[in-house]
Amino acid sequence: MTIYSEQDAKAILDKAIKASKADECTATLSGSNGGNIRYALNSVSTSGHVSDCDLAVEVAFGKRTGTATINSFDDASIEAVVRRAEELAKLAPENPEFMPAIDKQTYKASDTFAQKTADIAPEYRASVAAACIEPCRKDKLTAAGFLEDGQEFSAIANSKGNFGYQKSTSMDFTCTVRTDDGKGSGWVARNLGDVSKFDAKSDIQTAIQKAKGSVDAKALEPGKYTVIMEPAATAGLISFMMFGFDARQADEGRSFLSKKGGGNKLGEKLFDERVSIHADPWHPEAAVLPWDGEGLARERTSIVDKGKVDYLHYSRYWAQKQGKRAVGQPGNLIMAGGDKSTMDLVRGTKKGVLVTRTWYIRLVDPQTVLLTGLTRDGTFYIEDGEIKYPIKNFRFNESPAIMLNNIEEIGKPVRVKGDESSFIMMVPPMKIRDFTFSSLSDAV
Amino acid sequence: MDRRDFLKLTGAGLGGLMLPAFAGRVIAAEQLLSKLDVGTKKKLADVALQAAKAGGAKYCDVRIGRYLRQFVVTREDKVQNVVNTESCGIGIRVIANGTWGFAATSELTPDAVAKAAKQAVAIAKANSKVQAKPVELAPVKGVGEVSWATPIVKNAMAVPIKDKVDLLLGVNADAMKAGASFINSILFAVNEQKYFASTDGSYIDQDVHRIWAPMQVTAVDKGTGKFRIRAGLSAPRGMGFEYLDGKKEDKVELPCGATLYRDSYDMREDAIAAAKQAKEKLTAQSVKPGKYDLMLDPSHTWLTIHESVGHPTELDRVLGYEANYAGTSFATLDKWRDKFKYGSDKVTITADKIAKGTLGAVGYDDEGVKTGKWDLIKDGVLVNYQVIRDQAHILGLKASQGCCYADSWSSVQFQRMANVSLQPGKDKLTPNEMIKDIENGIYIVGDGSFSIDQQRYNAQFGGQLFYEIKNGKVTQPIEDVAYQIRTPEFWNSCVAVCDESDFRYGGSFFDGKGQPGQVSAVSHGSSTARFNGANVINTARSLG
Repeated sequence: MTIYSEQDAKAILDKAIKASKADECTATLSGSNGGNIRYALNSVSTSGHVSDCDLAVEVAFGKRTGTATINSFDDASIEAVVRRAEELAKLAPENPEFMPAIDKQTYKASDTFAQKTADIAPEYRASVAAACIEPCRKDKLTAAGFLEDGQEFSAIANSKGNFGYQKSTSMDFTCTVRTDDGKGSGWVARNLGDVSKFDAKSDIQTAIQKAKGSVDAKALEPGKYTVIMEPAATAGLISFMMFGFDARQADEGRSFLSKKGGGNKLGEKLFDERVSIHADPWHPEAAVLPWDGEGLARERTSIVDKGKVDYLHYSRYWAQKQGKRAVGQPGNLIMAGGDKSTMDLVRGTKKGVLVTRTWYIRLVDPQTVLLTGLTRDGTFYIEDGEIKYPIKNFRFNESPAIMLNNIEEIGKPVRVKGDESSFIMMVPPMKIRDFTFSSLSDAV
Repeated sequence: MDRRDFLKLTGAGLGGLMLPAFAGRVIAAEQLLSKLDVGTKKKLADVALQAAKAGGAKYCDVRIGRYLRQFVVTREDKVQNVVNTESCGIGIRVIANGTWGFAATSELTPDAVAKAAKQAVAIAKANSKVQAKPVELAPVKGVGEVSWATPIVKNAMAVPIKDKVDLLLGVNADAMKAGASFINSILFAVNEQKYFASTDGSYIDQDVHRIWAPMQVTAVDKGTGKFRIRAGLSAPRGMGFEYLDGKKEDKVELPCGATLYRDSYDMREDAIAAAKQAKEKLTAQSVKPGKYDLMLDPSHTWLTIHESVGHPTELDRVLGYEANYAGTSFATLDKWRDKFKYGSDKVTITADKIAKGTLGAVGYDDEGVKTGKWDLIKDGVLVNYQVIRDQAHILGLKASQGCCYADSWSSVQFQRMANVSLQPGKDKLTPNEMIKDIENGIYIVGDGSFSIDQQRYNAQFGGQLFYEIKNGKVTQPIEDVAYQIRTPEFWNSCVAVCDESDFRYGGSFFDGKGQPGQVSAVSHGSSTARFNGANVINTARSLG
């Protein structure tokens, strides 16, 4: 068994805390039960089921800490893992930045669990693969995709009386459709907590249309273009930028949010006034756990308010040093927007480029958050409000800090997840001027 | 070094070291698999093999793995974290009804192992309903009971934590004394204890070691608000703690003034140089964009080789198995058949899984194939790919090249990159001699920012140190340099490669691939190489 009830999880955590002879003890129990299916070349390649549950115990003697984990939960095992953590703590050097265990928190439950997702069976995963493969086979197209789903629970407790328990579910689906001649490629992705909102048969049509529509792409000269970025196209840039929202890094002078002469840019207006980003663990479409990795309660936190930097993440140590209050680190990013869809933005565009997604985003210069990466799986030229023809992919060199100053219009946010980000995001399609494409790519 | 789900930051923020989060647990000493001897592992493996065959499997392989990892993470005068992880279990792969099936368990009892074997067979049979073609496996002759171990001198796992902490804090103190504003330094040690058995009659016990000591030194000028980072110039290696001995004979003085390292690394010396160079970068002249001849040090070239040759010659990518994630490849089978001119005749690139001290070196791969070395690009012509047993027939090969790897007992093994290396030039040529002919060039040392498209055509690379070359001489350090390539044009612009006396390795400790994502470690060797007429861009921007 890897999914424990609140009562059973609490009993295990209480035993661990009681067994500890250290100055303080924090224990977390987390378990998951999930599955995946992978397919390529219109055929299932691998499928698997993964279930696991771990008890992690962190203890402190003075400023020395030790952590140990175990995956069996009988009394002897719990005793053993606590002793192991204590042994490690006694051997560890003192941490001058040690912070005591968090005080008792108040967690307001968030709606992160959907029974239908938890109930997903192998047959369902196979049906998703089939829903993607079948229409492709009939249409001289090749599908390659991946579906991963699961339920998990998280329980935390410490020797100061803190306790939290919550279950959650998630599913992440991506599918790339390529034309058999290799000249066109399209893509679709869905990230959801509740699988009942997912319809592979309908979603696959997006990838199919993009694959067929991107055949025989024309080459445009690299340069600065007005772009319509689908939500998936900017998610990676925005989540990358968030790494710079660390107060200590900024105060130390090594972030784009560092101030010349010292200090940070908290409170300064750095983006277009239409840019507002907040975190909200209770967001109805993008709920996340109401505590962060350390167990600090999350709050509705304004990160960027009408272009102004409204939040930097203060670790508990840095907050104490700077006289700030540490709050739970955001688990989601909710960007404000309007009502327009991507196609509404296209219709209002005289000349521009529609970008389906961006890929292989890497930091070029941390000073300015200059990022490079490429467009992929459907890049199109827009003229007079219509998609005119597919164009070759571009490499971009652009800073999200500049991009979010060049906004022309913002559409309706949708739930997305970046390739490399742990954030659940609500990101709108955006029309952006002067986006820098620096070279052409022959990749399809 | 790709990516993705497994990446997290150590708290170093933007420009920080990116580390993967590993599955694994610190378990009590009495529970460690180390107490299981080879005989016990063989017995468990036989249980799995027999259960699989009894269930109807035509083929079965078993991997009993104990994966140990240790990370020591420091900044300035502080130890931020010491993490030891250990992960043990068994992964069982079968072919039934012509289809692969896989199951894994951490429970190392005969009953649990037999149950997992039966589950693998059941999964194979279920998946066979949607299998287009039956699996065709290149033959492997059983080798009986054999063993292989990385030839290490000092087991890093046996070095006390205190010694490691003292080393890193000493490195940090030296960098701070030399003028660094900040330093983050890390020590990673990996030990994979892998036991492989298959119905071919092999029982292979392997003990694989790897080490990496990266650092990042930051210089901040509060007055201008400018900061610059210089990362360490070490390479991750398939070696023990002896890599950190920093032997004099392993040091290489480059014509640009930088010191590089062969088979052992002087971390303290490099930290001091990094502090000075990070400060130097604050005031270095910004590059004028345009066409330059590039002189690329092996500490840089490894990543260009990795991205623009290593990945596109992976046969699973070429065939389309990675289309939804890492992507496909421009180096398609028709190009291979037509003897595609991948590079100039100076370019011979080999793949190997055997070179001493490399990250990819093992005796046998994770499907029991004895490892070797082969050409991928011979005198500029694409001649081969990297394959595993179920792909060999596609190229008409009679045997696998031994490129199969799984990052855990619980992961399905699949095709991973071998060491892919640019072979040294045949004629005597040193970097000092190479530079003399360059009129307008840039000398690049160390790896930096990297990005490449999903078919491996268009790439952009940065570096750590950049020097302007004018009329055969280094004139000054420069900054804000990145070059963009189209892979075949780039390799065809290679006009010279230094001789083997300059050959050094770089590598990736955490190369990502697959869904769910897996990491692997791989080395890439080269001598200093010259590429003419590269497109260099200026990466400086203003946020106003």
